Amino acid sequence: MNDVHAAPATRGKILIDDVVKVYDPGGAAVMAVDHCNLEIEAGEICMIVGPSGCGKTTLLNAIAGFHDITSGRILMDGETLCSAEKPKAAPGPDRIVVFQNGALFPWRTNLENVIFGPVMQGKLTVADARDKGRAMMADAGLAGVEHNFPGEVSSGMRRRVEIVRALMNEPNVLLLDEPYRALDSLTKSVMHESLLEIYYKNRVTIFFITHDLEEAIFLGHRVAIMTTRPCRPKKVLTVDIPHPRDYGVLTSKRFRELIEETSEAVHEEARKAFDAGEKEG
Amino acid sequence: MRTKVMKVLGSQAFWRGIVAIVVFLVLWEIGSRSKMWMAYEVFSPLREALGAMGFKKNYLPWVGAVPAPSGVVMAWVDVLGHAGYWQSWYMSFLRVIGGFAAAMLIGIPFGLMLAVNRVAHGIGFPTFEVLRPIPPLAWVPASIIFWPTQELAIMFITFLGAFYTIVINVVGGAKSIDVRYFHAAQSMGASRWDIFRRIVLPGTLPSIVVGSAVGMGITWEVVVAAEMISGGGSQMGGSGGGLGFFIWNSYVGGSYEQIVVGMISIGIAGFFSSELLRGFGSLLTPWLKVR
Repeated sequence: MNDVHAAPATRGKILIDDVVKVYDPGGAAVMAVDHCNLEIEAGEICMIVGPSGCGKTTLLNAIAGFHDITSGRILMDGETLCSAEKPKAAPGPDRIVVFQNGALFPWRTNLENVIFGPVMQGKLTVADARDKGRAMMADAGLAGVEHNFPGEVSSGMRRRVEIVRALMNEPNVLLLDEPYRALDSLTKSVMHESLLEIYYKNRVTIFFITHDLEEAIFLGHRVAIMTTRPCRPKKVLTVDIPHPRDYGVLTSKRFRELIEETSEAVHEEARKAFDAGEKEG
Repeated sequence: MRTKVMKVLGSQAFWRGIVAIVVFLVLWEIGSRSKMWMAYEVFSPLREALGAMGFKKNYLPWVGAVPAPSGVVMAWVDVLGHAGYWQSWYMSFLRVIGGFAAAMLIGIPFGLMLAVNRVAHGIGFPTFEVLRPIPPLAWVPASIIFWPTQELAIMFITFLGAFYTIVINVVGGAKSIDVRYFHAAQSMGASRWDIFRRIVLPGTLPSIVVGSAVGMGITWEVVVAAEMISGGGSQMGGSGGGLGFFIWNSYVGGSYEQIVVGMISIGIAGFFSSELLRGFGSLLTPWLKVR
């Protein structure tokens, strides 16, 4: 765990510049993202924490190119992904999403899922992609399940397969949308370590959405605590615990201090979201 | 394989099923022989009670009018040697397979087109939805007028029976594919054609299998009725009737045992066609087995 293989990332710097997203502007005009500004360094793990439904997924979808923005702009490495003139970014293999409930294709085996990207983009032949996929799966502790369908392996393994599938595209940015939400806390802690291990070998920018503060501080270089709907950073915390990290961090004094420092802000937003939800419901 | 057979033979559910079938057959046999035992003096109150309710006095209602299973078996053994009986099987199968194959060949692409293309959906779906509630049997007279031969007319009816079900299942299946799969494929650089071939097709396959199995069942329902109404393609010299006509003919000819033989034959034919489709379907969708 201490050998850090990969060189620091040079690509994958994301700039979110004054982004606004209003759903149904002519009608209900629900403001999901409100003048949001956030800069994420290349190779940084940036954790986005906020209560469910606060609008953080909207932000992720805008970066990925699944949804448009109303105004502002999002840049990657200085190039405009989307702006007021071109509200929807084009989805591409440089920004890969790992979805909340997983989006492995159930009709393809794990290995066939893993090789999908490079084969579709014509970057690798099927044979080469298989070799690379097998190696990367073995690296992530997935040897032996290559020819199983996703439905045949545990949900923790499925998440790992999906992260390997994402990395096969050699993305600059990984966009993770609460990928471990459905896992039990024991599996989760294993998944965190394994994600970090994969990260140390493949330095990419990670944009990680969660509502779990401990998860955020354990994994992230920085933690952006978002306000609830409309969404914008309320507080950005720099986690001064050095990487590489392992499970021991969770019981360290500094980790506890950081939790204490931030939990009030998180709780406040959760409270607001809860009250707003009660009013609506 | 051997242990699997042993397991089934050892299971309570298996023997429960066997006992139930035997009891059913015995009761049926006793019931249909009611003319004999109801003549005894002991049953005179029963006879009077039946008469008071407006039923015939000398045998049990319903079951007493049905041929006994022993008689049916005898009739069946007798008919097994007749070429006409097997010709009926052959003709019905031909019509079912012809109509069903046409329904698959036209229904699957048509359904996929409705599902993926908004223009095609706008043009095709309203017409489809107006025609769909018309029962296939309502088409029998029109079909006989439209088609040059009666054979084609019957096949068209069976086609309609399967077609609507297959199309509805394909459209529903394709539309219910999770949008995350499309997003993921798009991000990974899949073209529109790739998305159709690698996401829409396999994603719809389970619904195609279900639609076909249901459609096959309807095809058997429809073919029998079509054969009865149309006179079973009587220009084929009387032997081209199919199982539906076999039943009708037996009714007209007064051999009630043969009616039951025809009915059970259709049950067997329908069961095997559906099993065959289900087996084939599970080969096509191996990922569904694992859950």
